Amino acid sequence: MAVKPRIKLDKKDAKKGDLVEVKALVSHIMESGQRKDGKGDVIPRKILNKFTCTVNGKEVFSADFEPAISANPYIQFKFKAQESGPVVLTWTDDDGSKIVGEETITVS
Amino acid sequence: MTLISNRRQALAIGAGAVAAAILVSSNGPAFAANDSGDLIKKFTGGKTPAEGRVKFDLPEIAENGNTVPMTVTVESPMTEQLYVSDVLVVADGNPRAGVVAFHFSPASGMAEANTRIRLATSQNIIAVAKMSDGTFFMASKQVKVTIGGCGG
Repeated sequence: MAVKPRIKLDKKDAKKGDLVEVKALVSHIMESGQRKDGKGDVIPRKILNKFTCTVNGKEVFSADFEPAISANPYIQFKFKAQESGPVVLTWTDDDGSKIVGEETITVS
Repeated sequence: MTLISNRRQALAIGAGAVAAAILVSSNGPAFAANDSGDLIKKFTGGKTPAEGRVKFDLPEIAENGNTVPMTVTVESPMTEQLYVSDVLVVADGNPRAGVVAFHFSPASGMAEANTRIRLATSQNIIAVAKMSDGTFFMASKQVKVTIGGCGG
């Protein structure tokens, strides 16, 4: 089941030095490991614990998520446009699997 | 004599009960403060962060603790010489103190991030920012939660 994250850049054509805002939303249960099921057993934790964003291969922003991040995690941040290239967003699950989304930025 | 010894025994038992109650409460996660202080200490390496520079955008009253929008902004030039490298956000009333850690770089351009967090109950949210020159700044904000968001 491939999850497709929704990613939005506020501008796709930027001038060098412009701030580009990234908004991203991904579907994920973000099970906290605190809840119990009907029988009183703890539901095991399953969250996305790491988020990284690279532009043209260089990391510009990353975050460590804890169980206190809401289900279907939303993240918004900015980066400074330096060079054209792919903007790759990666979420890493507790089980090691990755959700990857990509956009392209053109810098003039 | 028997009366006094009884009274002493009663007192001793009473004191024991109080001690036991304290022990239990410090182990019980329900109302005890979590390890938010320890997390901050670990993050700053024992330094005391100064107030200021960090701006929180959080609602004063959150109707639903399952998704509380949170924006953290840190004042900084964000140049190679001086930038915000990390921001740690902790909540002092959740079952686990850690909420999120943001890692910025000079390429971030601006130390600002927004996400949605879970809050189990009304509590203080604390953000600590680490600058590239090794100084720390912090801000805290109290949020009242109407419906908690950590499940049963």
